[in-house]
Amino acid sequence: MSTLAHTVGDSATMLRRNLKHAVRYPSLTVMVIALPVIFLLLFVYVFGGTLGNGLGGVAGGRSAYADYVTPGILLLAMAGAAQGTAIAVAMDMTEGIVARFRTMSIARAAVLTGHVVGAVAQTLLGLAVVVGVALLVGFRPDAGPAQWLAAVGLLTLTAFAITWLSVALGMVPKSVESASNLPMPLLLLPFLGSGFVPTDSMPAWLGWFAEHQPFTPIMETLRGLLLAGQVDGGDAVAAVAWCAGISLLGYLWARRLYDRDPSR
Amino acid sequence: MTTTNFPGAMVEVSGLRKAYRRQVVLDGVDLRVPEATVFALLGPNGAGKTTTVQILSTLIRADAGTVRVAGHDVTAEPDRVRAAIGVTGQFSAVDALLTGAENLRLMTDLRHLGRVEGRRVVDDLLARFDLTEAAGKPVAAYSGGMKRRLDLAMTLVGRPRLIFLDEPTAGLDPRSRRAMWQIVRELVAEGATVFLTTQYLEEADHLADRVALLDGGRLVAEGSPAELKRLVPGGHVRLHFTDAAHLAAAAGLFPAAARHDDDLTLRVPGDGSVSGVRALLDRLDAAGVAVDSLSLHTPDLDDVFLALTGHPTEEKVTA
Ligand SMILES: Nc1ncnc2c1ncn2[C@@H]1O[C@H](COP(=O)(O)OP(=O)(O)OP(=O)(O)O)[C@@H](O)[C@H]1O
Ligand SMILES: [Mg+2]
Repeated sequence: MSTLAHTVGDSATMLRRNLKHAVRYPSLTVMVIALPVIFLLLFVYVFGGTLGNGLGGVAGGRSAYADYVTPGILLLAMAGAAQGTAIAVAMDMTEGIVARFRTMSIARAAVLTGHVVGAVAQTLLGLAVVVGVALLVGFRPDAGPAQWLAAVGLLTLTAFAITWLSVALGMVPKSVESASNLPMPLLLLPFLGSGFVPTDSMPAWLGWFAEHQPFTPIMETLRGLLLAGQVDGGDAVAAVAWCAGISLLGYLWARRLYDRDPSR
Repeated sequence: MTTTNFPGAMVEVSGLRKAYRRQVVLDGVDLRVPEATVFALLGPNGAGKTTTVQILSTLIRADAGTVRVAGHDVTAEPDRVRAAIGVTGQFSAVDALLTGAENLRLMTDLRHLGRVEGRRVVDDLLARFDLTEAAGKPVAAYSGGMKRRLDLAMTLVGRPRLIFLDEPTAGLDPRSRRAMWQIVRELVAEGATVFLTTQYLEEADHLADRVALLDGGRLVAEGSPAELKRLVPGGHVRLHFTDAAHLAAAAGLFPAAARHDDDLTLRVPGDGSVSGVRALLDRLDAAGVAVDSLSLHTPDLDDVFLALTGHPTEEKVTA
């Protein structure tokens, strides 16, 4: 077998292992899905009436806000999943079996790839649940199959990027507790961007950050695809570029951390 | 077995050094393990046995020295080394969330054995390690001994040529311990090489062709079990005293003995022969030292240490 076939085969083996873990011990998965759903309900029903009027659209109100906030909640869901991934990776690295893997002739990236593919699948599952609940509470997308496909593609790309980053974050500290804290700032990014209110309603300095952080172009592109029927080209390019950059950085960082000598 | 320098050595180590921050753990260790033999590394807690196994099995890197395992340098070609070895570490390396059978399946998949062959190997190993009944249970529900057996079974998937066993019988009951010894013998009969660590001289005695004793980061003795035991012929005689004055007087007579003031005992290295004990008592009598009672001890790791390093193992641990 070629090296590539080995890498794919070993990664698939590791993926099976991670999926078995997730199915048998679903508490982390459930938590990761429940968090964004709770936020969605909170924002639509508690804040939605007021915030929707503040959007300045024709319709306004709760239903307008459900449309506006759903992309933000999707990103929030990904940030929450990142925390779950970091915890799962940190716990796994303390397991004796990973030490065994390190003494076996296994494709180097397989352990990490297994985590990433499993976590991306779980994240997409969580996103599907969020979209389902959003539809129930008034989210009314106006998108054809092509736009939906593009949106799913962008969400997958984003999940991939955030997951590689969180796999690395899961390996930085020695303890599981610190690993669960490191991805926390990601949870703030939807709020400090266009996730819940338009950035032009913020003070100038914050608005500047909100405009230029990675989540905003991703959320704006999703809004364009699902709601407006047209996408700002600059946002789309920025979104894809951010995802590619974060994926590459996360991948290289995670590889480096996995290969470091555990005795130093 | 042969000790000449033939090229088929499975492990060749020279000048191995390793320190954790300021603490030197291995301070120039040289080792050679010929193919199809059992090598036992003995040492007390903290001697560096696990560290040695971890370096030899590519888990951690040495600070200095050359380490060749299965003909390959561990730093230059770790994957070649990994393809040839199987490791059962000191601490459980099983996936507690999977069942026993799934753990073995994971290993056959990672060794690329294929579906049919993989299933056959899993069934064989489950039977061989007495785990067939527990195969479908999650490992989290296994007893310590069952986990240990599964751990070893996982190591044997893919028939590694060189097998590392770090304290393989720690925590096993006497029956399981004997079963483990039997398996080690079978492995070597099939042509495998076994590198094991242990705290028990008895275990090394039963299994090993060669034994090395690790102390203070160096090998203080190396040889066949028979050679080592010749260095500590019959263990020691433990003398119990009723008061400190007699203990002190006796300690003056035997400078090589280990004195324990807290329980008023003196451990005199020596064989357990009748003539030896008689000579010992004659000397005590002649000096007018009253002994309360005495007991004989067959050699254990403590005695080897006492004889070879002049200090018992406890001192080493607290040093
Ligand atoms: N990761 C580490 N960081 C710092 N010191 C370490 C580390 N691992 C081991 N040591 C130290 O290195 C020394 C040797 O440890 P090692 O585990 O190799 O001993 P051992 O002979 O296997 O002992 P035992 O019989 O208790 O298993 C010990 O003093 C230990 O404290
Ligand atoms: Mg040890």
